[in-house]
Amino acid sequence: MRFAILVFPGSNCDHDAYHAVRHVLGEEGAFVWHKERSLDGYDAAIIPGGFSYGDYLRTGAIARFSPIMSAVQEFAQKGKPIIGICNGFQILVEAGLLPGALISNRSLRFISKMVYLKPEGQNSLFTAGLDTNRTYRMPIAHQSGNYLISPETLDQLERSDQIAFRYATPEGKVTAGANPNGSTGNIAGVLNREKNVLGLMPHPERAAEAIVGSYDGLAFFKSMAEYG
Amino acid sequence: MRAHIYITPKEGILDPQGLTVGKALRNLGMKEVTSVRMGKYIEMELPRTTRKKAEEITKQACDRLLANLNIESYRFEIVKET
Repeated sequence: MRFAILVFPGSNCDHDAYHAVRHVLGEEGAFVWHKERSLDGYDAAIIPGGFSYGDYLRTGAIARFSPIMSAVQEFAQKGKPIIGICNGFQILVEAGLLPGALISNRSLRFISKMVYLKPEGQNSLFTAGLDTNRTYRMPIAHQSGNYLISPETLDQLERSDQIAFRYATPEGKVTAGANPNGSTGNIAGVLNREKNVLGLMPHPERAAEAIVGSYDGLAFFKSMAEYG
Repeated sequence: MRAHIYITPKEGILDPQGLTVGKALRNLGMKEVTSVRMGKYIEMELPRTTRKKAEEITKQACDRLLANLNIESYRFEIVKET
């Protein structure tokens, strides 16, 4: 699988994502600058974390108008996989490719810590290779990760199986205490209706090798490569 | 023309900043303050435009970029530059 790793001014997890897919997973991949207009020749796109355009106005609000984003819209329509991590999730939400909004953490603090994710199902190429009976440990590092949707949208997302991950205890219990940022329904990651676009706040690319404290995140990219 | 734009979190949308600032004000003794909602104020210069054109552009700016209509609402006024 050939991964495109998008780079915006202010992206700072692009190299982590590149390292995870190229050096750890051994797949192909290349950086794509946000001024480019095409994703031809790529099988999947990663929109990495960071602070694109300094988070001015709202997180992701300016990046969504970058030239490459028209290609991302087309890529999504063609059913190609797109994963937006942290700021990438915020960009996808602003671009209207995923529902809801990401607002300030309930605590108003920047949170940097390890969390546990419980996969909700295996209904997408991102989650097909995951085990729904266990949790995946990886870091979050964000100020605006509080996923906000209306009760009606939550209901709709649940009915169409669009919730990919929820924050849980290490044992996999979805509790209020395991919710780091106030997200509706403990949601850590959501899918579009077609299940080829995933946005999540935690960082699988920063948990792809034992040397960094967890390799649970590698399973996400492995699943993409295997089922994509 | 000049546009004064006010963007605020929609009714019912959690506003953690406003909640925290409201609490701080009450801690300072201003018990009368029951609620604080925080938003953004944006000024935009539109020289050499008519009022009608300025309104049109400002509305477009708010809808397309300045406000996220999922969570925010906006209002604006167009004033003549002095």
